Amino acid sequence: MTPFLEVKEMRKSYGAINAVDGVTLSVGPGEIVGVIGPNGSGKTTLFNSILGQIKPTGGAVEFCGEDITGMSPLELSRRGVGRTFQTLQVFVKLSVRDNLIASAQEFKGTMPGRLFAKPDAGCGHHADQMIDMFRLQHVAHLPAGNLSYGQQKLIDIAMAFMPAPRLVLLDEPCAGVNPSLVDQLRELLLLLNKSQGGSFVVIEHNMDFIMKLCPHVICMVEGKVLAEGPPSEVQANRQVLEAYLGN
Amino acid sequence: MSKTQRIALVIGLVLYAVLPQFLKSYGVYLMTLLCVYLMAAFGLNLIVGYAGQMSIGQAAFYGIGAYVAAILMTKMGISFWFALPIAAIACFVVGLALGFPALRVQHHYLAFATLGFNVLVFLVMRNEEDLTGGTFGISNIPRPSIFGYSLDGALPFFYFAFVSVILLAAVLWWLLRSPWGRAFAALRDNPIRAESTGVNITAYTLLAFAIGAACAGIGGVYLAALVNFIEPGQFSLSVSLLMLLAVIVGGSGRFFGPVLGSIVVVLLPEWLRFLQDWYLAIFGFAVIVLMVYLPGGLLSLGDRFKSGGGTR
Repeated sequence: MTPFLEVKEMRKSYGAINAVDGVTLSVGPGEIVGVIGPNGSGKTTLFNSILGQIKPTGGAVEFCGEDITGMSPLELSRRGVGRTFQTLQVFVKLSVRDNLIASAQEFKGTMPGRLFAKPDAGCGHHADQMIDMFRLQHVAHLPAGNLSYGQQKLIDIAMAFMPAPRLVLLDEPCAGVNPSLVDQLRELLLLLNKSQGGSFVVIEHNMDFIMKLCPHVICMVEGKVLAEGPPSEVQANRQVLEAYLGN
Repeated sequence: MSKTQRIALVIGLVLYAVLPQFLKSYGVYLMTLLCVYLMAAFGLNLIVGYAGQMSIGQAAFYGIGAYVAAILMTKMGISFWFALPIAAIACFVVGLALGFPALRVQHHYLAFATLGFNVLVFLVMRNEEDLTGGTFGISNIPRPSIFGYSLDGALPFFYFAFVSVILLAAVLWWLLRSPWGRAFAALRDNPIRAESTGVNITAYTLLAFAIGAACAGIGGVYLAALVNFIEPGQFSLSVSLLMLLAVIVGGSGRFFGPVLGSIVVVLLPEWLRFLQDWYLAIFGFAVIVLMVYLPGGLLSLGDRFKSGGGTR
């Protein structure tokens, strides 16, 4: 299978500390890849290096055969790369519906054209569908900042999928989410993977969630890839267990 | 906007249109000044309240608009109707340039960058005597006429300024209800997320400053025609601070916030004049009380009643 996203020998150093140390990974079209590892293993730094949020020290990123190393988040979003954040990143004063519309409207027409477009920029219907899918109907017109952490997390994820991206990097989607919502979230991601056909890379500490969601898992420790393969193999890997539980 | 709000708006506009008929010339002047001031405050609300950028330099654009128009009208004999768009475009371009520091610095650092800009413009107005008249200013600035009808009188000019500010507000309302308004709000609420969702934060930041500056420039042109005389003191740093006060006291990021805020800043000191020497002290105290009990501005009072809560 031709890789959709290919990360080659990615490095990010802060002085003498190698936060990401020669990570290589590839993601195929429609594939869901999980990234696990203890705290401080470099997972989020890897994401931020791929997504242009920080400048990598070395290595390269290719997306659909194009070198996207060091591109800004804006340029990446225009190529169909979306993301969610470890900490909440919603537009707090905008309503839930406006949060979703804001996440997709910039991909409709040109900037001068949007000045004369309908207020919802033609994204209102899709936003309503996402609101239904994420069961946010009862809060759709409330400011996002007034909602609970879990609800904001759902908005954060729904926002990433609004423009139907080809690749989404999800950073700890279950963090802070009520355990009763975790199964629902997994079902939603599987549904979106099927309906939109995009590829996902998911960082997560919830092992049950990631093992059921991702057919391929990578374990990172101290900035390096320690093990990768099907979830059952990675879970049974002795080095992975030691990294998590200690010797 | 709800039906009740629409009715309140229409009643407010009708009252504002009728009231000058019963006022003396100074009262009409103050009501015209409020309209003019509001043009600049609306622009500042776009920059600060909607796009989330800090600016303590709005009076500089107010001044640039006034001086460009005054120079064009008095020294070059150009009509008000040509001077107005030229001044607005000049402010748009300078506002675009001032937006660049906002791409690198934020919050109080940006506040000081815009403050420095205001001081710089003030010094140019005061020291470039050949062009600006220095501390003597520029006098005999003419008022316009429409289809041969002179607007020299206090009432005709009031109605001219009143209709103009309504038109400007309508344009800004339309702009802020378009997808651009949502993009400005996204930039204000979370620039990191905004960029990752395709919002060109460079373009929207620059546009917010440019459009806000053009509004102030238009206000400056009307001010020049209203008072017929301008000098640098009318555009000093303290005026920028009062404009920012108007936006914050009314309700930053709320469309009609600058209206209430400008009433507080322009009219309240006049209403307190019966207190003689104490009026500015009482005005200052009233502002402190407002900020302590209504940090979201006067328009947040409605939300407070709805939630039944105390101060934040």
